Amino acid sequence: MWRRFLLIVGLALFPLSASHAVLEIQITKGVSTAVPVAIVPFAWQVQGPVPNTDVAAVIGADLTRSGRFKAIPVKSMLEKPSEASAINFTNWRILAVNDLVIGRIKPAGNGNYQVEFQLFNVYTGQQLLGLSVLTTPQGLRWTAHKISDLIYQKLTGQRGAFATRIAYVEVSGKAGKDSHYALVVADSDGANPQTIFDSNEPIMSPAWSPDGKYLTYVSFENQRPAIYWQNIYTGRRELLSERPGLNSAPAFSPDGRSIALVLSSSPGNPDIYVMNLSTHALRRITHSDAIDTEPVWSPDGHSLYFTSDRGGSPQIYKLSLNGGKPQRITFDGSYNAQARISPDGQILAMVHRESGQLHIAVMNLSTGSLLTLTNGDLDKSPSFAPNGSMIIYEATYHNQGVLEEVSVDGQVHERLSESQSGVSLHAPVWGPFLSQ
Amino acid sequence: MKVLRYGLMALAVTLFAAGCAKTVKPVTAPVATTAVPASTAPATSTVAAPVQTQLSPLDDPNNILYKKVVYFDFDKSNIKPEFLDLLTAHAKYLIANPNQKIRIEGYTDERGTWEYNIALGDRRAQSVRRFLLFQGVNPDQISTVSYGEAHAVCNEHNEGCWSQNRRAVLVYLNQ
Repeated sequence: MWRRFLLIVGLALFPLSASHAVLEIQITKGVSTAVPVAIVPFAWQVQGPVPNTDVAAVIGADLTRSGRFKAIPVKSMLEKPSEASAINFTNWRILAVNDLVIGRIKPAGNGNYQVEFQLFNVYTGQQLLGLSVLTTPQGLRWTAHKISDLIYQKLTGQRGAFATRIAYVEVSGKAGKDSHYALVVADSDGANPQTIFDSNEPIMSPAWSPDGKYLTYVSFENQRPAIYWQNIYTGRRELLSERPGLNSAPAFSPDGRSIALVLSSSPGNPDIYVMNLSTHALRRITHSDAIDTEPVWSPDGHSLYFTSDRGGSPQIYKLSLNGGKPQRITFDGSYNAQARISPDGQILAMVHRESGQLHIAVMNLSTGSLLTLTNGDLDKSPSFAPNGSMIIYEATYHNQGVLEEVSVDGQVHERLSESQSGVSLHAPVWGPFLSQ
Repeated sequence: MKVLRYGLMALAVTLFAAGCAKTVKPVTAPVATTAVPASTAPATSTVAAPVQTQLSPLDDPNNILYKKVVYFDFDKSNIKPEFLDLLTAHAKYLIANPNQKIRIEGYTDERGTWEYNIALGDRRAQSVRRFLLFQGVNPDQISTVSYGEAHAVCNEHNEGCWSQNRRAVLVYLNQ
């Protein structure tokens, strides 16, 4: 019994270039409780050359990267079945594998492929999942991520976030004004990095639209800050704000109709505003003489969290958009900034300064308890995966800006780094779930 | 760009009050301005004879105006006493050369979030701007921009570098 999926096409962005080296992922701290799984290489049943994408390897890397699973190496497999009838479960039980995935790739006409896979519990021999996915050749890697999502959801009960994207700013070149900036969109595992905008002036503060089609960001291309939004598929970009003073920290509302942003209400006084994206009408939200910046929406769209030094040091505040006074949220330490809210609205991630170092910390919004997740010197720009399981952030490693990920319980740590030296990665933002 | 003008007295009161410098209110009394025609770009000589140029004080290493950077303490935006003479000299030069425009660029070190650092760099640029306005410089001569921690002049992760990056730079625009 096969459930069929819609055609997964190759996801063509509108790239300026795709010449980047793929990011290397290194799991720097795993958990001993990771469940062993086996993803058998999928049988290739199509006339013609085997494609570059090894679907089973992508699935295995995805599941291992979650920290919840550990894919066993292909070389230790005693058999490599591609049909259910060929499985001898004893061969997997002696390897202490819990779950087994087999699959095959067949021709589907018009040059497309049918990717069939099955998931088995090794101990009961029961099939947990059996699906068939139609894909173009270019969509094969994305199909693998989709399969990872389905397996992850079946085994953990939580939706997988492998078939999602990240965006980040890549800075290359020397210190000072000789740097080059690129806004890059890549798959969640760092594959397929594509530059969607680049400049010799700084690019900052990328943020995703809730449908994953747009990025808004700050560009200094005219020697002053301006906020743009850009369709990542068509490349079309539009100026949203280039007012005197600051134009900073844009953030899409959950309904995608507005952005929160930071403007100078008078010289030297940054305040938070909300802009309607259809009319460009502005509504001023904060009215303080202090620095108010880094707005982020609560998942219900009714409130903004933001950073303010109105109490003497930067702390995180919450303000209802229906009126009322801002309520201070953080009290622990002298520097808490850049709030990010988990998709369920329960956890607040932030940049927390301790002994002069910047760490990523999370706060349980019900209890107020704070947990520091990272121990780098300069960890900042946290961003939740859309399923809330992991946080991606920027860190410094060997004098280079790298991206790191940490599970919200602090158990799993990994690093995504550019192999090229002299290239730093900054301001990662994890995109939303995508409909395809 | 329309620039708000500030009363001198209000500035005098708040200039050195770090952290609450934004209580300044715009007042209606404008700073005296003179209508001056826009300066023309220096004409290129077509004569074969060597051009005699007098070194601008801005380019003369022996002149105080050669220095165009002031530095700040960690997380601070108040002007440190050792830079008052330098900024006073620049103010006098700008008053004497009313066609001269400058852009004040504010920067921070990397020990903060990108967006908060943009706000902190802006505060540093505004501190310098207010000092120059207080000295009598025409607001129309001054623009500001904050780059935050971008365009760091030093890329190592230690105080030696950080102290060089926490700065405001006076950029003369039509030298």
